[in-house]
Amino acid sequence: MSDFIGDWHALAVLLIAGVIPNQIWRLLGLWFGSGLDEGSDLLMWVKAVATAILAGVIAQILVQPPGALASVPWGLRYGAVVAGLAAFLASRRSIFAGVVCGEAVMLAGKWWLG
Amino acid sequence: MTLPPLDSPQWHGSLRAFGWGLRATSATILSVVLFVTFIGIGALAHDTHFSMLWAILSTVLVWAGPAQIILVSTLGSGQTILQSAIAVTMSAIRLFPMVVAVLPLIRGPKTKRRHLVLIAHFTAVTLWVECYRFLPHVPRERRIAFVHGLGSGLMGVALVATIIGYLLAANLSQTFGAAVLLLTPLAFLFSTLRNAKELADVLALGLGLVLYPLAARLNSGVDILVSGVVAGTLAFAVHKWREREAA
Repeated sequence: MSDFIGDWHALAVLLIAGVIPNQIWRLLGLWFGSGLDEGSDLLMWVKAVATAILAGVIAQILVQPPGALASVPWGLRYGAVVAGLAAFLASRRSIFAGVVCGEAVMLAGKWWLG
Repeated sequence: MTLPPLDSPQWHGSLRAFGWGLRATSATILSVVLFVTFIGIGALAHDTHFSMLWAILSTVLVWAGPAQIILVSTLGSGQTILQSAIAVTMSAIRLFPMVVAVLPLIRGPKTKRRHLVLIAHFTAVTLWVECYRFLPHVPRERRIAFVHGLGSGLMGVALVATIIGYLLAANLSQTFGAAVLLLTPLAFLFSTLRNAKELADVLALGLGLVLYPLAARLNSGVDILVSGVVAGTLAFAVHKWREREAA
């Protein structure tokens, strides 16, 4: 059972470094959301910055890959995303087509490289 | 799956609406993406020596794929709690405008803020994308129950996947692990692009992708914030400039 729970220190870290820093933004959205006009300049700017930060997170996973993704050479990681993007656009914005194509290119490349 | 017409008796009662929301989970390909992504997160948590309960709680309480991956990989690579918290909170800023955009779709004239707490918690990229797709076909007074169902369904899928990923971690090949981790950037890129309504959204995404590798050379610890604020502000400026040109 203690294997299942682990140590309390790690659970406290989850709360402090994971849950709170993440939930604070949802709470702020809930709190201030009703007062903000969806088309206001402030919200437009926040949205643009948030989107760009998400792009940064995407780029970070590709540039400094975690775990097993690090075993895929960088050219193949970027190539897979570009191929997925091409499929996404060619399929009139199908998320599924983009994801499948990107994954297929990565797997084919990894297999081909051995 | 097609939802019943807006005036159908199928929408009578919150429980039924909840059920339709739950069933909608099976009607979206994003559930599959979610499932595989959280297999990866469960496996990553296992390989970084966190407990099963830790992995489960991270999915239920954080409920944001990138934040969970960042949390596990920063803590696993020996960064301090503060550094992890900063990295997580930056990845989560996107949730603020997402909640602000989703709530007006759900709120009715008599809705109180406390009715929306759980919806704010469920809000993440998958729910955000699916709300735009499903909610026009859901009567407004049933939307809270519907989204509660949809959110519970999606979280259930992710939870089962987290547990499976955690249990299977030792048996997963490196290739599978890599494929699973690649899912997050792919799914996020295309989901965000699909919901991009303004040029500013597309620009912010493109500039953010290009500027991050440059900002990462600063090695400031807040590289994502630097590239995000610069790219987002540029995109916003271009949007305002075009608006003025058009006027």
